[in-house]
Amino acid sequence: MTAVLPERRTAYDVERIRRDFPILHRTIRGGKTLVYLDNAATTQKPQAVIDRLIRYYSEENSNVHRGVHYLSEVATAAYESARTTVKRFINARDEKEIVFTRGTTESINLVTNAWGRRNVGAGDEVLITAIEHHSNIVPWQLLCEEKGARLRVAPVNDAGELILDEFAKLLTPRTRIVAFGHASNALGTINPVKKMIAMAHANGSVVLIDGAQGVPHLQIDVQDLDCDFYAFSGHKVYAPTGIGVLYGKQALLDAMPPYQGGGDMILSVSFEKTTYNALPYKFEAGTPNIEGVVGMATALDYISAIGLENIAGHEQDLLRYATARLKEIPGLRIIGTAAEKASVISFTLEGVHPHDIGTILDQDGIAIRTGHHCAQPLMMRFNVPATGRASFGLYNTREEADALVAGLRRVVEVFRG
Amino acid sequence: MTDLRELYQQVILDHNRNPRNFKELPAASKKVEGYNPLCGDHYTVFVELDGDVIKDVSFTGNGCAISKSSASVMTTTVKGKRTDEAERLFDIFHKLVTGETVGLSEAELGRLAAFSGVSEFPARVKCAILAWHTLHSALQDEQEVVTTE
Repeated sequence: MTAVLPERRTAYDVERIRRDFPILHRTIRGGKTLVYLDNAATTQKPQAVIDRLIRYYSEENSNVHRGVHYLSEVATAAYESARTTVKRFINARDEKEIVFTRGTTESINLVTNAWGRRNVGAGDEVLITAIEHHSNIVPWQLLCEEKGARLRVAPVNDAGELILDEFAKLLTPRTRIVAFGHASNALGTINPVKKMIAMAHANGSVVLIDGAQGVPHLQIDVQDLDCDFYAFSGHKVYAPTGIGVLYGKQALLDAMPPYQGGGDMILSVSFEKTTYNALPYKFEAGTPNIEGVVGMATALDYISAIGLENIAGHEQDLLRYATARLKEIPGLRIIGTAAEKASVISFTLEGVHPHDIGTILDQDGIAIRTGHHCAQPLMMRFNVPATGRASFGLYNTREEADALVAGLRRVVEVFRG
Repeated sequence: MTDLRELYQQVILDHNRNPRNFKELPAASKKVEGYNPLCGDHYTVFVELDGDVIKDVSFTGNGCAISKSSASVMTTTVKGKRTDEAERLFDIFHKLVTGETVGLSEAELGRLAAFSGVSEFPARVKCAILAWHTLHSALQDEQEVVTTE
């Protein structure tokens, strides 16, 4: 039985985009074309980003905010102009609200430490949801353990969608902060974040969004969302690894103590008293990941030039197409069938463990993720030890979805004879 | 496809589909858990000793085809053997899946030979070796959960 497939979009020139990504043109495993479907883990980098890193080290490398010499001025200007790029990209009010971190994980840990330890006390509650990545669970657990606070978890339905009524019930007078993913890395579910933020605010709770899987797929406007904190990683949006962002409303960031002490985050230091630097430098102790910051700005410029709406349109087309095609495979079950999804498909194949699927696909040059996706509680919710996960990015094609389906048919062949 | 058939040999597919000694052993004198948290392979190995002879051995749990078939073949291989022989086989198996010279013919290796293809797949060595490490730990009287990640 062949499913009826949606019509192909033609406006989006994916072949032209693919030419910007050198790694997509290498062969692996004895001449197989790379089919990279692990974008929710990390994305590949366009030539523009790679070139930017080379240019930084060839022409601009210096420490920032310190020297009076020429290169330090150039590096500082590049670093600070990247902050403006990020501010515009997520429509923050001010550059002061953009803190550079190592990634989403560090951004969340910054909030649990600097905001959480001051504002969450014994008997208070922190509310998260069942679809969270470990990075938006464990930092809150650490905080709750230290403070004697309670971590509460809003459940999801069998499609992997948040049950809003239950979420509403879990908002109590003790709920100090609500933290949830914009989109699920394991299932693809896109949360109704604007509504959830409004509900949390009506309850007097602060809101943090884990945007690691939101930023690559959705146009983010932090002022329109009205979230208090928004965390994301560069490497999931075609930027280098080791760089990320914490957006925070200025009033909140101002009231928070520093997260780490060191150079660059101070105004003056004596052994008696240290005065902290202004925002956002208060939260950027030590020499930062300068090349990561400038590389991220280039990546954001790159995707802005294509347009988030165009990217989303292309990815949604791939999602619909791949979902329909995967359903043709007997014994394949898609985990996560929310109405609103990012281009992530988690699945199991009857009688075949995901790791065996991963190994067999890899022999065909197809890269998917297998395992629990750093979301073990969610795997337990769906009663599976692990899943296979194909995640699509702006450069993937329908042909690659076809290659995945053909590869999975070979898996079935190997295992069922 | 050739490499894949090397990895997923018939013995492995058969033992994955129909694992032998796949049950709890109420009379077990030793019971140790093996768990690779990153990939999720999770087994319990049961050993019933009669002096220094492995009178019976079994396992329960879940994981990929490589880990499950390896556990199954292990139980059929060491059942009835002395513990020092089992330890020697563990050493041989370890060498086999990590690509070291074993110095035994395929006939001498028996069903263990089916795992020779694993050495071509470095990411899967930890799957193949998990049950063996767990057995080793049981024979050494160690109680901690074993991991090969």
